[in-house]
Parts: sequence; C-alpha cells; structure tokens
Amino acid sequence: MCRLSAITSHDYFSPMENILALDTMKEGHDGSGLGLVLKDLGGEFEHLKAYPILSGIASNDGIRTLDRHMAAAGFREKYSWEPTIREVRGSEIRRRGHYFAKAYQYPQVYEDKTREEKEQLLMETRLTLRTLGEQDESLFVFSFYPDVITLKEVGDPLAVAEFFGLESNGLTAKIVLAQGRQNTNYAIYLYACHPFFLQGYCTMTNGENTAFVPIREFLSGRRFPGYMGYNSDSEVFAHILHYCHRQLHYPLPYYKDVITPLQDSEMARRPDADALRLIKKSLRPLCIDGPNCVIGFTPDGTLFMAQDAKKLRPGVVGGVPGKVALMSEECGLDRAVPKRDKARDFSPMKYDMVMVPPGAGEIRLWNQLNG
Amino acid sequence: MEPAERLDQNHELTLKELPYIIRWREDRCTRCGRCTAVCPVNAIEPTVFAQRLIHSEGPVPTPKTVRRLTQGVRQNVDIERYCTGCGSCSLVCPTVAIEPEYNPQHKFLIFKNKGGVPYKRGGRRNDPSPSTVDQLKFTRISMLTDPALDAGRHEFRIRTLLGRNLPPEKLPLEQRNGHLQVREESGFIPPVREIFPIRIGSMSVGALSPHMWEGLAMGVAYLNEVEGLPVVMCSGEGGMPPRLLKSRFAKYFILQIASGYFGWDEIVHAIPEMTEDPAAIEIKYGQGAKPGDGGLLMAYKVLNLIAKIRGVPLYVDLASPPTHQTKYSIEEAVAKMIQSMSMAWGFRVPVYPKISGTKTALAVLNNLARNPYAAALCIDGEDGGTGAAYNVSMDKMGHPIASNIRDCYLDLVKQGKQNELPLIAAGGMGKAGNLAANAAAMIMLGASAVDIGKYIMQAGADCFGDEYNRCNLCNTGRCPRGITTQDPKLYRRLDPDKVAERVVDVFKAADVELKKIFAPLGRSTELPIGMSDALGVADKAVAERLEISYVC
Repeated sequence: MCRLSAITSHDYFSPMENILALDTMKEGHDGSGLGLVLKDLGGEFEHLKAYPILSGIASNDGIRTLDRHMAAAGFREKYSWEPTIREVRGSEIRRRGHYFAKAYQYPQVYEDKTREEKEQLLMETRLTLRTLGEQDESLFVFSFYPDVITLKEVGDPLAVAEFFGLESNGLTAKIVLAQGRQNTNYAIYLYACHPFFLQGYCTMTNGENTAFVPIREFLSGRRFPGYMGYNSDSEVFAHILHYCHRQLHYPLPYYKDVITPLQDSEMARRPDADALRLIKKSLRPLCIDGPNCVIGFTPDGTLFMAQDAKKLRPGVVGGVPGKVALMSEECGLDRAVPKRDKARDFSPMKYDMVMVPPGAGEIRLWNQLNG
Repeated sequence: MEPAERLDQNHELTLKELPYIIRWREDRCTRCGRCTAVCPVNAIEPTVFAQRLIHSEGPVPTPKTVRRLTQGVRQNVDIERYCTGCGSCSLVCPTVAIEPEYNPQHKFLIFKNKGGVPYKRGGRRNDPSPSTVDQLKFTRISMLTDPALDAGRHEFRIRTLLGRNLPPEKLPLEQRNGHLQVREESGFIPPVREIFPIRIGSMSVGALSPHMWEGLAMGVAYLNEVEGLPVVMCSGEGGMPPRLLKSRFAKYFILQIASGYFGWDEIVHAIPEMTEDPAAIEIKYGQGAKPGDGGLLMAYKVLNLIAKIRGVPLYVDLASPPTHQTKYSIEEAVAKMIQSMSMAWGFRVPVYPKISGTKTALAVLNNLARNPYAAALCIDGEDGGTGAAYNVSMDKMGHPIASNIRDCYLDLVKQGKQNELPLIAAGGMGKAGNLAANAAAMIMLGASAVDIGKYIMQAGADCFGDEYNRCNLCNTGRCPRGITTQDPKLYRRLDPDKVAERVVDVFKAADVELKKIFAPLGRSTELPIGMSDALGVADKAVAERLEISYVC
C-alpha cells in the first residue's frame, strides 16, 4: 500500500520532514519509490516565483534535446538547479543522468498574456518534451509551472532522499507532498509515480481505483491535451480535480461530490440539491468506488484530503497553527508535528473532506451531508 | 403405365426429414387421447393399427398367430403438420408415454415452402451455439491491492439512467455564496429516468395474450411499488389498455410507436387524462429478429380488446410497414418525430429510437449524438425475438449485438459523449440462462441497459421455444402456453398472477446476481458502464474486436 505524507506550513521547511515521516510508516509501504512535489518554494527559488520551473530527468542526449527545444520555443533559461547526487551504499538506486529543475523566462510574446494562456503554453511545452523523450527514455518531464518542483525516483524513500542530498541542499518549500511507493499495480515506470501534477493541481492517492477505465475514457473525451498519460490509475484523481475546479469552476468541496456522490435521499438535505442531482448524472463516469484516500492541492495552495465512500484508506490530519500534516498514519503525524493536541487529530470518513488553507492557520472540516 | 408412387409412398416425406420425431410408448399409453387433443398443429393423430400377435391359451403352450386392431398415436409426415417439438403432448400425458425427440439430421427447411410460401414462424434465431456475450468472463477480481466490496454490507445502486445527460460543460449552474445553484433561466434540461438496468422489451398487447401482458404489467408494478426495483416495461406497438394509461402505473411503461402507429389514436386521446407521464417513448425503426421487415398481426388475433386498444375494426390484418411512411431522412423525419413525441408530453418524457443491429448503426448514432432531444439509442441484435417473421429474416439477417454496441460506445468515447447518449442493448440477453452475466457484460462493453423479451416469456410463462426451432408457433395464434395467442381457450391456461410472481422472481434474482458480479470487481455505486478492463475472453479474435483482454 502507498504511504502519503503531506505537510503545509507558514514557514519554509525541508522535504526531509516528509520523508522522515514516511520512514516512520515504513511497515506500510514496500520502499519501492519516492515522489515529491514542492510548492511555494524557498531557498534558491524564493525569488524566482514568477518563472515557470521545468522539473524532470534527462540523459546527456535528453538535455541537448531539451535545451534545443526550449530555445526554439523562445524560453530563456533563468536558473538551473541540479541536486548533488550521492551514491547510496547498499541501495540499488541507479542514476539516470541529470535530475533538474530549470526556471525559465516566458517567450517574449507571452510576457503580457493571461495566466490561462501562459498555463496552456507551459502544458503544451511539457507534453511536447514528454513526447520527444518518452520513446528512448532520454527525457522525463514531470511538471512545468511557476513555483513548483517535482522529484521522482525508484527506491526506498529515505535512500532516495540521501541520493538527492535533500537533507543538506537547502531545498525548502511551504507545501510538500511525498509519496512512498512506486506504482506496483502496474509497471514500475516514472510516469506512473505519484504525485501527479497538472496546471497547478496536484494529487497523490492511496489505493486502487476500480473505476479507472471509464474515468480515463471520460477525461480523454474532454478534448483537453493534458488529460493523457494514465500510466497509473491514480493519475485520474489529479485530472478530475483539474476538470472540476479549473474547467468547470466548481468550488473545491464539489470534488468530493463528484467522486463520491450522495444518494438521492441524502442530497435532499443540501441547499444545492438541484445542482447536485444534475452534477451526479452528468459526471456519473467520474464516480469512484475506492478504496482511495486522496491528498492534493489547488493552485492557491489549499491542501485537502478526501476518502472514497466505502472502503476508505488510512488518512489522518493534525497539526498546530502554522503547520499541519496530512498523513497516512498517526506515526507519520507524530514525526511531522510532534507538539500538537492529538485529541484534535481528525481522520476523514465517508462524508468528510479536510481543507487546509495556505499558511496552515486552520484546519477546515467539511461534511458532505451538510454541504 | 401408372406410376408406382401410390404403392411405395415415394412422394411422401419420412419421419427422418422432420425436425422432431414422436417417441410413443405403446406399452404405457392408456389411449386417453389427451396428447392428440392438445397438439397445437395436429402433428399427431389417433389411428388404428393392425397388429400380429402370438397368442397362447390353456395349460400347454399352443402359440397361434392372431391379427387384431388396436388404437394408437401416429405422427403425421405432412410438412404442414410437422411436429414442432413443443412437448405439449408430454406435458399432458398421465403415463409418460409420449415425447418428441429432436432429429439433428432433419431436412425441414428444404421442404417448408409449400405453395411457394417461405417458412414463417415466431421465436428466435435457430442457433444454439453460445453467443459472444455468453463467452465473456469477468476477469478483473479485486484482490488484496483493492479489497472486494461486500454485497451485503456496502451501499449498492444497481440503477441506470434512461434519458440524455447534459455534458458537464453545459449544465446551467452558477455559483452563489460558495454553492452551486441551477440558474433560473436554465434552458432545456432533458428528462432522465433512473431505472433498473434490465428492462422488459417491447411486446405488444396483441402479440401477447391479455393474460401474459397483464402478468408482466402486474409484475412490473409490484417490483416498483413493493420491492423498490424501478423496472420498466415497453408496451410494444399497439397501445395500452386506456385504464392503465390513465392510472398512476403509467410511469412504469415505455410507450412504443412503430410504423403502423397502432394504438396511438387512443393514446393521444388519453393524454389529457393521464395522471403520470410514461417512463419514455420508444420509436421503433427496426427489430433485431427481422431487420428491415415490418410486422403483421393476423386478422384472427384482432379480437374485441385488441381492436379497441388499437382503434381498428375487428378481424382485419394489421400490417406494420417495414418503414415509417414519414422516414425520408434521419435529419428530417427522425428528428421531427422525436421532437413531436417530446412535445406531446411537454418535453418531460425521454424519447429515443430503437433500431435493429446493423453495420450502419454508427451513422444513426452520430446523428442522434448531435440531436439534443434524442434520449438514447436502443439496438436490437440478431438474437432478438419476434412474434412473426420469415425464417430467413430471423436466421440470416441482422447483426450480433456485442460488437455493434461496443463500436457505438467507443465511437461515443471518441466524441466524449458516452455519458450523454445511453445505449440500450437488446437481442439474446439471457439466451443461455445467464441473464445477469449477459447484462453485466453488455454494460461493461458500453451499454447503459439491456432489454429482455424471450427470456421473460420463458422464465415468466414457461415458453417452450428454443434455438432448435422448438414450438416457435407464436405467429399462428396457437401458442400452447397461452402466451402469444388471442384464443381464450388457450390463454386461459395461463394464470396472470403466476406470471407476475415469476417476473418478480426474475428481477429480484438478477438484482442479487448483478451485485455478486459487481462487488468482486470493486464496483457498487454507479453502474460500471464501459468498464472493459473487467472483461476477458478466451478467443483472440473476439478480444481484439471488442478491445478487451484475451485470457486463457
């Protein structure tokens, strides 16, 4: 089973905090990989927030392809970061080449374009780069968005963290999502590794999504180029979030109403029952049966956790004002935020959704029955 | 010279030419005469045999040859009175002395065109081999990485939507105080019914006997009102009893309009007095059992009740033409017909066409996909049944339902409209008895619901028919079970209450079986429409064609 570790904080912190929390949950995952997404970056990237950052892995050939394509597309490299890779004794982690996070200046013609137009450009550029490098695996690109870095590799999370030198390279952020397992339900493949990111939306998921194929087909039919990949059944959770919130402009709690719609009798209590009935019918293929615990964030930095409505996966939220952790297990929470009032820890169930606004000032509980 | 045919019966058929041969046990027969009386086609008749017996009397054996006359049962070899294998004789025989036996070497079709009239019958395609749908298995079982659901504990909703769903992008929603609300000027929101995904397909009052139709209708009403299973049933072409139409039960019925428009005068006149809208309107353009062919209710079936419901004179042949008279193009006529029918009920009732399975289904589908008033598409595959058709239509015309539905679904997926226009699959569901499994497989191939006809006649009223051309007398009005006849002497054999009970049994059992299929696949809340990763088949060509896994 995957183990999930998400922390949101008022202050910058090192992603090692997530990884050490993952390590306490080691009995629950098989140590087969690590996926990290950092948002609201500190350290070297604190003053580069306006610039989109491309994260990925490339061979020497891949780097050449990347530079050539980015130059041709009019992107100018503003800053380039590569972790100092350390060989980890006893670990089977194989260095693939360059792990990079490059900040770019937008092409000149895009300087004055809207946010949506810029997001479209970034996504199209990422997809083109993915296509260029996918065949020979010379280039993997995970995200291309301002103020976001993604790191992924196969291996034990703690060993991967050491491999990337995360404890000493000064990389910090205010929101970090970490997932401690490669996708073992399907082929081990970097593009199948959570968390998944699309235009500011990011999720990681614990569990297997039995409704994967109908959901994939529904999203693929939306004629949105970013709804692709699907090397993992969990990728659809990020895209459903993107679709509901960005494309359909639904407020965040409706994500829960889409993936786990209420029964008709339960809906009657909600003030928005008429809208819910229409949503349930029109978005019927996006309904999940679990077992899934989803943790994710939206572009404004709101972190959330939601469960499926039947089988549920472990998930607990707790913290102090200024620092909140959303974890698979209580021990992870103890490691991430030890000095908290444990009595106020919350495990979302069938109808619950937990939302933590940026800055982690409060934990908001939302109950689907009340709306 | 006189030909020798009279002496050697050279131009008569032998029993070997016939599809069923009567096995009569003289030693058991009491000569009660029930079998010959009940035979719907007079294939057997009482007869007298001259017998030569060895007889002995007295204390010392003194065998003597004795000739005597005895009564018995003889099978007729006249091709017009062939034994259909219905087995009514066995049913009534008190001493198990008689039964028809299938003759696999028969040459029946070669002879059954006397007077230049091709063989006509009722029933289904005479192909007993397993259908493609029956070959499909459910191979994605939730194990460990994803614990199976518990059909007894978890919430289950075996329901589907009949009607057009708006694409999410077009929902008339707006945000008010952080909540979504339906806009006041919301425009047309198509009507959608939530129903059980197995429906009773179109069979008319007229094709069915009053007792059979009444039994089905009572069963459906009970399922809805007592069992909470929203099963719907289609009227077939020929209207509905006006009292039922004006009752609160009308909402459980789909009204069918077909090329003869029979019953619609009465329906239109009843609209102002209807207290409930019907579940839907089905416009029949084709039937899987006899694609491209019309229908005919024979004059002798047009008795008082039928004539009244259909608004026609007594004892006249009622021909439904192969095509609607107005159907000169799908863009014009079909769209207009859908709109007219929608308008008749104030756009509150889903209206959809039913076509027979065909290679051209995609053309119809694409047209409907662009028509905002089209509520669904029902496709009736080659294994569908009929009350009357030419044998050649039934056996050789049509399209298998599995690939037809799959193609349509995948086409909708390409357009992103698979949730907008539901597909309903008909024809051969439960052919081998596996109703829930067939329905589930069709749903996973992309259907939103399935229709049954022959299955409910077999399960509900013990219809004798099968894929070995057994009985299939529906067209003659002499149905021995009383299912497809208007002859009171025959249909009074059928108890409508018992039919209703069996209808309830069938749907309750199917509901349980569907849960038993969906739960191990890890699905329970929404119907797994298009969940093709759950399907496997041990035939590479089928797997490739349907885009599902090959398993062996």
